[in-house]
Amino acid sequence: MRQKDTNLHKIDWLTTGLYFALVFIGWLNIYAAVYDEQNATSIFDFSLNSGKQLVWIGTAILLIIIIMVADYRLFHNLSLVLYAIFVLLLFLTPFIGKEINGQRAWFEIGAFRLQPAEFTKFATALALAKVMESPSFDLSKLKDQMKAVGVIVLPIALILLQPDTGTAMVYSAFFIMLYREGMPQRYYVIGLALVGLTILTLAIENNLYLFGSIGVVILMLIGMSKKSWQNAIIFVFLGCIMAVYALSLDYVVEKLPEHQQNRIMVLFDPDVDPLGVGWNVTQSKIAIGSGGLFGKGYLEGTQTKFDFVPEQHTDFIFCTLGEEFGWIGSFVMIALFVALLLRLVFLAERQKTRFSRVYGYCVVSLLLFHFAINIAMTIGLFPVVGIPLPFFSYGGSSLWSFTILLFIFIKLDSNRIQILGRSY
Amino acid sequence: MFTGRSLVVAITIGVIALILLGKLFLIQVTDDSYLRKAEQNAIQRVVDHPYRGLVYDRNNSLLVFNDPVFDLMVIPKDFSLKDTSRFCNLFGIEKDYLIENFTAAKNYSWVKPSPLIKQISKEDFAKVQDFLIDYKGLFVMTRSVRSYPRSSAANVLGYIGEISRSQLSRDSSRYYVQGDYVGHSGIESYYEPELRGKKGVKYKLVNVRGIEKGAFKNGDLDTLSIPGETLISTIDLNLQLYGEQLMQGKRGSVVAIEPKTGEILSIISAPTYDPNLLTGAKFSQNYSVLNSDQEKPLFNRPIMATYPPGSIFKIVQSLVGLQEGILTPNTTFACNKALVNCHNHPSPVNLFGAIRNSCNPYYHQAFRQVINQEVSSNTYIDTQIGLDKWREAVLKFGLNNRLGVDMYGEKGGSIPSSGLYDKIYGKGRWKYSTIYSLSIGQGEMLVTPLQMANLAAIFANKGYYYTPHVIKAINDDPSRIPEGFKVKRDSGIDAKHFDLIQNAMVEALSGTATRAIIKGIEIAGKTGTAQNPAGEDHSVFIAFAPKDDPKIAIAVYVENAGWGGRAAASTASLLIEKYLTGEIKRPELAEYVLKGDFIY
Repeated sequence: MRQKDTNLHKIDWLTTGLYFALVFIGWLNIYAAVYDEQNATSIFDFSLNSGKQLVWIGTAILLIIIIMVADYRLFHNLSLVLYAIFVLLLFLTPFIGKEINGQRAWFEIGAFRLQPAEFTKFATALALAKVMESPSFDLSKLKDQMKAVGVIVLPIALILLQPDTGTAMVYSAFFIMLYREGMPQRYYVIGLALVGLTILTLAIENNLYLFGSIGVVILMLIGMSKKSWQNAIIFVFLGCIMAVYALSLDYVVEKLPEHQQNRIMVLFDPDVDPLGVGWNVTQSKIAIGSGGLFGKGYLEGTQTKFDFVPEQHTDFIFCTLGEEFGWIGSFVMIALFVALLLRLVFLAERQKTRFSRVYGYCVVSLLLFHFAINIAMTIGLFPVVGIPLPFFSYGGSSLWSFTILLFIFIKLDSNRIQILGRSY
Repeated sequence: MFTGRSLVVAITIGVIALILLGKLFLIQVTDDSYLRKAEQNAIQRVVDHPYRGLVYDRNNSLLVFNDPVFDLMVIPKDFSLKDTSRFCNLFGIEKDYLIENFTAAKNYSWVKPSPLIKQISKEDFAKVQDFLIDYKGLFVMTRSVRSYPRSSAANVLGYIGEISRSQLSRDSSRYYVQGDYVGHSGIESYYEPELRGKKGVKYKLVNVRGIEKGAFKNGDLDTLSIPGETLISTIDLNLQLYGEQLMQGKRGSVVAIEPKTGEILSIISAPTYDPNLLTGAKFSQNYSVLNSDQEKPLFNRPIMATYPPGSIFKIVQSLVGLQEGILTPNTTFACNKALVNCHNHPSPVNLFGAIRNSCNPYYHQAFRQVINQEVSSNTYIDTQIGLDKWREAVLKFGLNNRLGVDMYGEKGGSIPSSGLYDKIYGKGRWKYSTIYSLSIGQGEMLVTPLQMANLAAIFANKGYYYTPHVIKAINDDPSRIPEGFKVKRDSGIDAKHFDLIQNAMVEALSGTATRAIIKGIEIAGKTGTAQNPAGEDHSVFIAFAPKDDPKIAIAVYVENAGWGGRAAASTASLLIEKYLTGEIKRPELAEYVLKGDFIY
């Protein structure tokens, strides 16, 4: 009976295929990023990062097999335990972790380094699914909202202690899943409005223009709404809040140390400090931009290979692809990602239990966030934050955690019929 | 497939992908500035400087070659000194110099190499070579500088130096860049396009630290440098060296020409300088010394200085008179010292005697007949017509205009026109008595030593000349010299008039320049003494030899050396002997010339 539960023949092969395609392309690009023409070695050379990545890929396949043969109920039953373990690890990291680049985000066990925050992602996803699985769980209720947000905020707070802003930011991706599960739309409207206002405040130097634009928006809102005194007063009040927000944001930014100010301002003007904070973005854009439509050809890139782009095999791996395969290559890669994400949305929607669906949307949320922010930062659309490109970036922790994250969902999907027939 | 909020999520995914692809399209496809920046980043253009062409003399002796020098380069990142004073002692530099250069290198780049000590000679380099391994971050780049094995002919060869701003802006071909070396004078400048060769370019890939990572596109775009072409000069190095030796301690010029070809055998400017001074690291220091020297060693006298020709011009006067039919061999005048001063000789004299004795009153009277042919009853107008006609004839001797030698800076001298006298005295207010000094090569008349030598060549050739030049072949190909040097030019005087002149010039030596006579070689010559209101007269002598088959035509001009028969004639005679026989059999005359020091 157990044997039947694995349901290997029901695995979604499209998703699995897309996964392997992305991992393979990523591996080729890691080799390209570290390739040295004068000292050319095989892609399988274990002293190179491409060789090491092959080990990570091999072990990831092992993990996939383990997940696939395991009982699907395991993940449901262990979800909160896993969450508790990794949150505890996160809590301990600042005390016993190894300090690298001013962060204590890594555990060192022998020759291995493990980043607990990477694995907390799938544990948090499982915990959210578990917390939200009850049919009575209702996100329009404040109490249930608090429960879900609490599960998310706990790891965020602990990661910020390391401190690792980029990884902490990743957890906000779960709001995509919460949106699907019925979180009131007004939160998102307010959130997007705040983001928009923040961008405008930073982008527009002259406050008079800023207040002018706020005024125009308010007048338009008044014009479009039912004309009543109450409405007008509310909107004018709203305008005042926006102005105060903008002013206080300006104030805070000016109080920031100069290098942090630059990190923000570099988005609007890449020539702010091109040799300092702007270096990564400037060089990254040069590498990608010089690829042209068709790219320079595999292993023919110069910018990433010759170390003009820092972190070219990890967070900036997209540069290698952009430089050597051009816009066409970028298009193919982004298309693969979009296909994977849309397929996952489709799979999530066909789940028969809320647990599986919530978990599926968590996978979509995390992958989309990583994918969008990582590429956006390499082309100067988002500040440089240290988050990897899923399946592409070099590194065991990252590849393992994304593999576990994805394949638990593939496993749940392959067993969706049985899950329907049982109650937990 | 998707409905409600799942549709919103799907759309969000699509929109994000479109934003990313749009931005990627902007920077990858529509904006090519990133490609240029990437090339600036990773592709280093390394210019491969060609060897400059060599210059040989007419007998294949090397005049100019390229000597390796060594630039000590430093990579500031890797360089550190424990014992600065030891380092300075080793390389023979001042501490301040080291600090200054190292600071400049640091300011240029922390990781890329810059010169620390430029142009170390190979002798100095040999001394420090073994110690270099003790210092990190230093390496050596080999370059070449011009070198002159015999330290001769500085004025002919010229020198090279860094291209000036104005030269750079005039370079429409965009061949040169700041810091390139170009010829600044002499052959180096005139034959710059032939000598410079062609720069090659290597495109190298460098990483972010400026470290080479191999050739760009396997070197398919690289070009090799092409060395400059070899020039064969017309100069006879032995003659040049001997002439320079004779002219030591004097101020003046020597120009010797092979009459049949216009090839300049020797062209000496005194005082001169050692051309090796203007190469390598000491260039600017030496240049400012030479440039401020009162004796102007950088001034190329044979082509830049102009003087009144003095008595040697009497031969031109004779020829013009003969050609016009105004003089005949039998035209006789008395040596009337009331007209113009003269020395004692038998009187009256015919044309032959006038040349032999350099009789001033003869030419005073003969020139009056050339000028005043009484075509107008108005003596003023008559003089003007006569002068202009005479001038036309004289200009055919290559006077008043630059001859066009293959060196820049040549002066044309001047033969006065009626317009000039109109300007000085007013129209119709001057006549023969105003301009009679021209008859004996004085007055408002200026020629260069090169033009004087060219006159000697015309006399030797019985009427024709080739433009004097210092290069006879480019890459062993004589046909590649400038076309102007292959054209036979006519002086407008019939060959038949020259026999008398040549015989008189041979005789003249026993009259005015006995020192110049060489046993066994028939020399035709003419002395001159150019009056110098500022001091002692200038000594002038022109000659050619052997008379019946001239191999050499020469002009010697020694400033402030007094009567032409002395310093100038002796020098010319010795050089003729040297050129024709290859040795000097009159050491006492050489001694006499060498002892004569005419710089006061």
